[in-house]
Amino acid sequence: MFSDVFHRLRALLRRTTVEREMAEELQFHIDRQIEAYRRLGLDDAQARRSTRLAFGGLDQISEDVRDARGIRWLDDLLRDVGYAFRTFRRLPGFAAMALLLLALGIGATTVMFTVINSVLLRPLAYPEPDRLVTLHGFTEGFGESWGASYPDFLDIQRESRTLTMAAWREGGGTISAPGDPEYVDGRQISAELFAVLRLRMSQGRPFLRDDDRPGASPVAIVSDSLSRNRFGGGAAAIGQRLVFEGISYTVVGVAPAGFGLDGELEVITPLGENTEPRMRNREARFLHTVARLSPGAELSEAQAELAIIARRLAAQFPASNGGRGMRARPLQHDVVGDIGSTLWLLLAAVALVLLIACVNVASLLLARGVSRERELATRVSLGASRARVVRQCLTESGVLGLTGGVLGILVAAASLRPFVVFWPGALPRAAEIQLDWRVLLAALALSLASGLAFGLAPAMRVPMGRVEGALRGSSGTIVRSSRRLHSAFVITELALAVVLLVSAGMLARTLVTLASLDPGLNAHNVLTARVALSPSALGTPPEISAAWQDVLDRARRVPGVESAALTDIVPMREGENSVPYSISAAMPPPGQAPIALASSVTPDYLKVMGIPLRAGRFLDEHDGLGSEPVVVIDDTLALHAFGRRDVVGRQLWVPTMGAPVRIVGVVGHVRHWGLAGDDRSRVRDQMYYSFAQVPPSLLRTFASFMSIAVRTNRVPLDIVEALRRDLRGASNDQALYDVRTMEQLVSGSVARQRFLALLFSIFGVVALFLACVGVYGVLAYLTSQRVREFGVRMALGATPRDVTRLVLRQSLAMITVGAAIGAAATWVAGRVLLTLVDGMRAVEVSTVTTTTAILVIAALIASYVPATRASRVDAMTALRQE
Amino acid sequence: MDDERLDLPQGALDLLILKTIALEPQHGWAISERLHQISGATLQIRQGSLYPALHRLERRGWIKARWGTSDNNRRAKYYELTQQGRAQLGDRTDAWRRLTTVVGLVLDSR
Repeated sequence: MFSDVFHRLRALLRRTTVEREMAEELQFHIDRQIEAYRRLGLDDAQARRSTRLAFGGLDQISEDVRDARGIRWLDDLLRDVGYAFRTFRRLPGFAAMALLLLALGIGATTVMFTVINSVLLRPLAYPEPDRLVTLHGFTEGFGESWGASYPDFLDIQRESRTLTMAAWREGGGTISAPGDPEYVDGRQISAELFAVLRLRMSQGRPFLRDDDRPGASPVAIVSDSLSRNRFGGGAAAIGQRLVFEGISYTVVGVAPAGFGLDGELEVITPLGENTEPRMRNREARFLHTVARLSPGAELSEAQAELAIIARRLAAQFPASNGGRGMRARPLQHDVVGDIGSTLWLLLAAVALVLLIACVNVASLLLARGVSRERELATRVSLGASRARVVRQCLTESGVLGLTGGVLGILVAAASLRPFVVFWPGALPRAAEIQLDWRVLLAALALSLASGLAFGLAPAMRVPMGRVEGALRGSSGTIVRSSRRLHSAFVITELALAVVLLVSAGMLARTLVTLASLDPGLNAHNVLTARVALSPSALGTPPEISAAWQDVLDRARRVPGVESAALTDIVPMREGENSVPYSISAAMPPPGQAPIALASSVTPDYLKVMGIPLRAGRFLDEHDGLGSEPVVVIDDTLALHAFGRRDVVGRQLWVPTMGAPVRIVGVVGHVRHWGLAGDDRSRVRDQMYYSFAQVPPSLLRTFASFMSIAVRTNRVPLDIVEALRRDLRGASNDQALYDVRTMEQLVSGSVARQRFLALLFSIFGVVALFLACVGVYGVLAYLTSQRVREFGVRMALGATPRDVTRLVLRQSLAMITVGAAIGAAATWVAGRVLLTLVDGMRAVEVSTVTTTTAILVIAALIASYVPATRASRVDAMTALRQE
Repeated sequence: MDDERLDLPQGALDLLILKTIALEPQHGWAISERLHQISGATLQIRQGSLYPALHRLERRGWIKARWGTSDNNRRAKYYELTQQGRAQLGDRTDAWRRLTTVVGLVLDSR
C-alpha cells in the first residue's frame, strides 16, 4: 500500500526523472539485444530489425509502462487542463464572460450558504450541544410560550430525572463603582447554568448552590471585557467589589470570553438572591430555561417525564397551572428563532440566479462546441476514443467551473461582512459567521458540479456516427439539433427570470401595501428610550414614584419636548405584557380566557403617541391608588369582547389587576406587533391602565420595564444628548438606553420585508440582464449559422425586412414559451413566499403581467440586434462563403 | 507471429519474473534471456512486455529496483525480490501448482 502510493507519487512529482530512467532502461535492453544478435552473426541492420521484432514498438511499450505506473489518467487530466487553459487564453472574451457569470453566481450562493451554515447548521459553541434543550409552556388555546415561573422551575428541576436544568432572566442594571456609572446588560442565573452548558470559567469559580438563595452574601460573575475594562483583566477582578444596582457585590468569577446567552452581557448575578414577589408567583413566567439531557436519556423520555410533572403541577395548583403542558425543544432551534425561513428563501433565490448563470455558460460553451465540431471529429477519426474526447470536454468545463468557483469564493469572502452588517436588526450568532472548510468544500463541489453540468450538453454532442458528415462540413443536421438545445436554454433562462422578477414584484408590492398601513399612531417626531432609575432611588414605593415623576418633569423641561409620558411597553419594540380578561365575573378556565396586551402608562401617553380617542376619556391624573381601578381599551377589544364600540362604563374582569375594572374610554388599535406582523398575531386586544394604579408592591419590579416617550417639535434625534444629560438625575447616575425614534421602530417592523424586496429586486434585475445576454448570444450564434440560408432567401427575392421578421419570429416563439412556463412557475413561488413572509400579499395577475411584459420587451430588444444584422447579409458574399 | 505466441494466463508472467530474480538481482534483459533459455521456443514473450510487468510489481512493492553497473560496464536497472515479494512467490507457486493439477485432472478425466 505504502509502496504503491510512493511510486505513484514519485511518478507524478519527478516525472522527468522517471521518464529519463525508463528510456535509459529500455535502451539498455535494446542495445544488449542488438549485441546478442550480432554475436550470432547477423549484420547491423539485421540485428536491429530482429531486435525491433522481438522487443515490440518502443512507443507502445513506453505507454504501457506509464500505464503500469498508474498515473495515466492523471497525466491525461493534466494535459487536458493545460489544454483548457490555453484554449481560454486564446478566447479571452469568452473566458472572461463565463468566469464573471460563474464568480457572481457561486459567490452569492456561497455567502448565503455560509450564513445558513453558521446560523442554522453549525452546532452551538457548547460541548455536546445537541443534548441541550429549552422548556416551553404549552396551553391548548395559545400554543407554546417560552417562559417558566420560578416555583415551577424549582419543582421541575427537583423532580426531573432525565434533565439537569438551569434558568436565567434579564438582569441589566447600573454599575456605579469602580469607574464611571454605566448601564450594562446582565442576567440573573441559577447556580447550575455553567455546569449545564459545560463551560469553564475564565477566572475564579461559577456560582455555588449556597450563593443562589435569598439572603446569601451578594456575589457576581463579570464578563471578560468588563474584567479587562474595569479591573485590568486576568485574575485581578476576583475578590474585588462591584457596585451594581446600588448593591455591593464580590466578584467571584470571570465568564469565558464571548460568553452570551441571548445577547452580550456584562454582569451575572445569582437568580435565587432575588426576593421580588413575582419570584414566588407561579403565574409569573419570565424565566428562560436551559437543560441538558442526562447521560443515556433521550428527548422522548424527557418529553414523557415533563408531561407527568406538568400534570402533577396542574392537579396541585389548578389556578395557575391548570391546562398547562410542558415541552422540551432543542436549544439551537430557540437561539435561531424564525430567521431560518428567510435564509432558506434567499438561498433559493440565489440558487436560481446561479442556475441562470450556468445555463448561460452552457449555451456559450455549446455555441463554441458546435464550431469546434470539426476539431473533435478530426480527433475521433485519428483514433481518440469517444470517452476520451468527452472527458476532454468535461475537463474544460470543469476547469471553467472550478476557476469560477475560486473567484466566487473570493467574492464571497469579500462580501460576507457587508451582508451581515446590512442584515436588518441583529442576525443571531452573527459573530460566528465565517467561511469554514465545510462551506469551502461545498462551494468547490458546487462549482465543479455546475461546471460538469453545463459541460455535459456540449460534451454529449461529440460526433461519433457523423464523423464523416462533420468533416465534410455538411453541418445542417448538427445545427438543427443544436438549435433545439439552444432554444431550451433560452426558455429555461427566461422562465427562471420571470420567477425571480415576479417574486421581486410581489415583495415590492407587499412593502408598498405595508408602508401605507396606518400604524394606529402618529410616529412623526416621537422619541422613546428605556430608563434605568438611579439605584439609590429604588427605595420605598413612594420614593420610586417620586423618582419617576422627577424623570417626567426633567424630560418636559428639555428644549424641544412638547409632551412626555412613561410606558412599560413601546409599540413595535420587543417586550409585552399579556393578561387574560373576561367580561363577566365568571372567569373561563385557565388557558381559555381571551388575552389582551396591557400597557401601564401615564396620562400624556395618548398625546405623545398620537393615538386617536374613539369614545369616553383617556386616563388622567385623578386615576390613582385611591380611586376606582380603570382601563382604556382599544376598539379591537371592544368589538371582540362586546361586539360594539360604545362600551364606556362597562366592566372588565382582569385577575392580574384584582378585578373588576371600569372601562372609561375607547381608543384606536395600535399595530403593536409591527406593520407586517400585527394582523397575524395571537394577541390583538389592547388595554391601557394607569401607572399610578400599579400596586406599590410591584413598583420595584416595574422599574426595570419602564420607558419614556416624548413628542418633540424638532427632529427627535437632535434632543437625545440633552435628554440624556438632563435625565441623569440628582445622583447623576440615571441612564437612557435603547434610544429609538418611533419612525425607526415602525420602519424596522417591516425591515425584513424591505430587505427581501431589495435583494429580490437585485436578483431579479441580474436575472433579467443574464437572460437578455443569453437571448442575444444564442440568437447571434444561430443567425450566424444561417447566413447562407439568408443569402439564398435574399437571392430569391426576400427583403431585409422579411429576414428581420424571420429572426424575430423565431426569438418571439422562444420568449413566449419561456415567459409562459415562468408565469406558471410563479404560482409555486407565490405560495412559498405567502407562507414564509409576514404580511405577504397573494400573487396578483397585474404583477405577473407587468413583469412578464417587461421581460418580453427586454428580450425582444436583445434579439433585435442579431435580427437586423441578419437582414444586412449580402446575398452574394453569403453564398460564396463556403 | 502474434498468433503463434502462447498466451500467458493472467499473473503467470509476474510469477515467472519473481522466480527468475529469486536467486540474485537481475536487470530486464537478463530476465528476458533467462526466460527464453529455460522455456526455449515454447514461450514467446515479447521482450518489451516484460517492462510494464516489472514496473507494476515494483509499484506493488514485491520487487525493488536499484541502479548498478552491468558486465559490459553500463548503468543498468537491477531488480530484486522484497520480503513481500518472496512471500508472494511462495504463495503463488503453491496456488499455481494446485491450479494446474486440478485443471490437469479435469482435462484427463473421461
